[in-house]
Amino acid sequence: MISWLAQARTGGMLALVASIALLPLALTNNYFYEVAILVGLNAIVCVGLNLLIGYAGQISLGHAGFFGLGAYGSAILTGRFGWPPLAALPAATLAVALLAYLIGRPILRLRGHYLAMATLGMGVIVSIVVATEDRWTGGPDGMPVPPLAIFGATLTGEGPWYWLVGALLAAAVWLSLNLIDSPAGRALRALSGSEVAAEVSGIDSARQKVQVFVISAVFAAIAGALTAHYSGFITPSKATFFHSIELVTMVVLGGMASTFGAVLGAVVLTTLPQLLTAFKEYEMVALGAIMMGTMIFMPKGLVPSLALLAASVRVGRATA
Amino acid sequence: MSAELAQYLLSGITIGAIYALVALGFSIIFNASHVINFAQGEFVMIGGMTTASLIGAGLPLPLAIVAAVIVAAAMGLALEKFAVEPARGAPVVTLIIITIGASIFLRGLATLVWDKKLHALPPFSGQQPIEIAGAALLPQSLWVLGVTLAIVLALSWFFGRTLLGKAILATSHQRLAAQLVGINVRQVVFISFGLSAALGAVAGILITPITLTAWDVGIMLGLKGFAAAVLGGLGSGPGAVLGGLALGIAETLSAGYLSSAYKDVIAFVLMLAVLFFRPRGLLGGRITERV
Amino acid sequence: MSLLRVEALSMEFGGVRAVDHVSFEVSRGAVHSIIGPNGAGKTTLLNLLTGIYAPSGGRILFEDSDLTGRAPWEFAVAGVARTFQNLQVFFNMSALENVMVGRYRRERCSLVAALLRTAALKRAERACREEAAELMRFVGLGAWLDARADAMPYGGLKRLEIARALATQPRLLLLDEPAAGLNPAETLEVVGLIGKLSERGHTVVLVEHNMRLVMGVSDHVLVLDYGRKLAEGSCEQVRGDARVIEAYLGAAEAGEPASALH
Repeated sequence: MISWLAQARTGGMLALVASIALLPLALTNNYFYEVAILVGLNAIVCVGLNLLIGYAGQISLGHAGFFGLGAYGSAILTGRFGWPPLAALPAATLAVALLAYLIGRPILRLRGHYLAMATLGMGVIVSIVVATEDRWTGGPDGMPVPPLAIFGATLTGEGPWYWLVGALLAAAVWLSLNLIDSPAGRALRALSGSEVAAEVSGIDSARQKVQVFVISAVFAAIAGALTAHYSGFITPSKATFFHSIELVTMVVLGGMASTFGAVLGAVVLTTLPQLLTAFKEYEMVALGAIMMGTMIFMPKGLVPSLALLAASVRVGRATA
Repeated sequence: MSAELAQYLLSGITIGAIYALVALGFSIIFNASHVINFAQGEFVMIGGMTTASLIGAGLPLPLAIVAAVIVAAAMGLALEKFAVEPARGAPVVTLIIITIGASIFLRGLATLVWDKKLHALPPFSGQQPIEIAGAALLPQSLWVLGVTLAIVLALSWFFGRTLLGKAILATSHQRLAAQLVGINVRQVVFISFGLSAALGAVAGILITPITLTAWDVGIMLGLKGFAAAVLGGLGSGPGAVLGGLALGIAETLSAGYLSSAYKDVIAFVLMLAVLFFRPRGLLGGRITERV
Repeated sequence: MSLLRVEALSMEFGGVRAVDHVSFEVSRGAVHSIIGPNGAGKTTLLNLLTGIYAPSGGRILFEDSDLTGRAPWEFAVAGVARTFQNLQVFFNMSALENVMVGRYRRERCSLVAALLRTAALKRAERACREEAAELMRFVGLGAWLDARADAMPYGGLKRLEIARALATQPRLLLLDEPAAGLNPAETLEVVGLIGKLSERGHTVVLVEHNMRLVMGVSDHVLVLDYGRKLAEGSCEQVRGDARVIEAYLGAAEAGEPASALH
């Protein structure tokens, strides 16, 4: 049992690191690099969101709000106030963490649909504010963002960004796996197993929920800030309800309560629209159909469904 | 009363009536199935857009309206049959993604069937504004208020006096008990989707002469109708109406006296306030959880 | 010597008094049973004693601290643990992890240590696993150490909850119908387990319907009816109490006293 666990963690991590290291061999032009970087950034958000949705059993339909606040925060601090990015990024992230902490307590008292609605409302408010306060944010058209500079050396070009995002993704996955396999992680999973039994076993469920909410907000904010600096531009579309839904769908599609599932979901749902740009008009219809279809036919998500498939194949072979 | 205030109140009640109709749709479905139908706004869009294109094809207005409502109701039934029923019993987050996926699908369908342009409908009975207390009231607003009132009365008769209506209410209160007394719960859910879609379509048709329609009007209208339903108490019919009116008035008043740029925000701020301090809304019942 | 003192505890649900001014004491090291007909308020009482409900009136004093109105996790930290009548097992985890959750408060685990998986954390995890395995063996689940919770039989799950409760190192153990749904052989095992717990010095409060079980293990019995304390005392006292017989059988059947309560 213990050795199996070790295998899933280390095996998965090795596979991830290997994939990140070897992928550039398949990325033959800048566009592919761009998609890969976007996948990585989305995956970082999804790994954090998965802790909240998949492991702690909560819902957030407003995480694009944290993403957008991280992005705009860093953009404004570097663009309008001339802060160095290495200071702006942590500052913006800290601000988002504080906001998540303050909102977390009242919001997470709600459950199910009510929690979904409250997080939705919060996200929409952020997206409207960001689109309206054009003195700071450039309004609906967005604002330019200075590039990321680490100790004077500006990060330009897809190559360096790819390695940065790849490293951060690996770090995010590693942190997430560690958390899940710790007493804190068990407390989270207990929350989604049976909140009352978790409470009765000594777990302060309110505090745990806020904690994981803040952690997932931090992941989103960091990814948001990086996205802003990478693209050189940020618009309110990154903070909309639609983006929040994309993120949730990635997590659920990949498989809830599965860190690697979250990464896989990000891979699938980030690359899919790129593949569909040929059929630009059918993009919405296809996306909607995929969302409905996967939830109806594969409600557990890709990774658990594939794992089940693999297990049944093994059983089939064993009993044959 | 100042003319300005009267104007805000009148436009507030008008849009509030629309929110009320959308909120009623949410509440009816939520009652029957505990599903939040995020595609509700799209039925509003389908109502307006279908009517506009049918008129464009030469149909007289009354016929176009009836046809559009039927089309929307059919889409609602299809949504329930093909997307919601197969996922019966799934966790909340799964159902949410399904109905949101449906709304994206319907929006995409709208861009394929129609286009991304704005469309108009002629006002039902002329454009000459009527003066009330110094404010200008469009005749179309009277239609909005009148039809909404008629619908609310019809629904209260339906839910209070007819067997089917009472069956729907019974299902919302106690699903298992309803099944045990022979109510076909699946059918109840099915019908509730059709009914809500029809309500949404009517709302869309009523408001289009004033605000125009396009493929994406459903998003904000849906979300705000939703906020109205929460404000009034999710699952409460009277609450939906009260919430809708309150929201409409709050919106126009805050846009007029505070900031018109933030007009859209007020709905969500109110919704959050309700969820934080009184989750059951103005008229909703106690939310209990048995261990 | 009393570990738990309950004073005039009441719980109202919109006009219905589920628990009505109940007072009693639980002495250290004893096995107390709470019995009563269906709907007497037994599970509500347990929910009150673990902070799941906040009482409408009365006080709960545990080892001289007033726990009235505290959150369930605070009750757990104070040393009160429970099992559930309708299983509240963490089916999304393995059996061992279920028990490990019980040790949450006993582990000092900082968030940073968890995120970085320090050597100290790894050592603590190993120790936690060992303790949990030991507890599973104690309750007789040694064969299920590697199992997933959702693969276990009903009787095993009931004992798993007991192991989880024991993992919190409680001073008071509340068992809500531990024998419900078990066949006679499994019930005997539960009796044996409660005996072992008593031997180890645990204080146990038992809510049960199975009279044979109750009369077999209890030092003290409390009878509830319609939320009120009907009678209390030793098994013999309660068995012979006319009011208790009447509550269970109805006044007309009072001619058949003892058999129903065996």
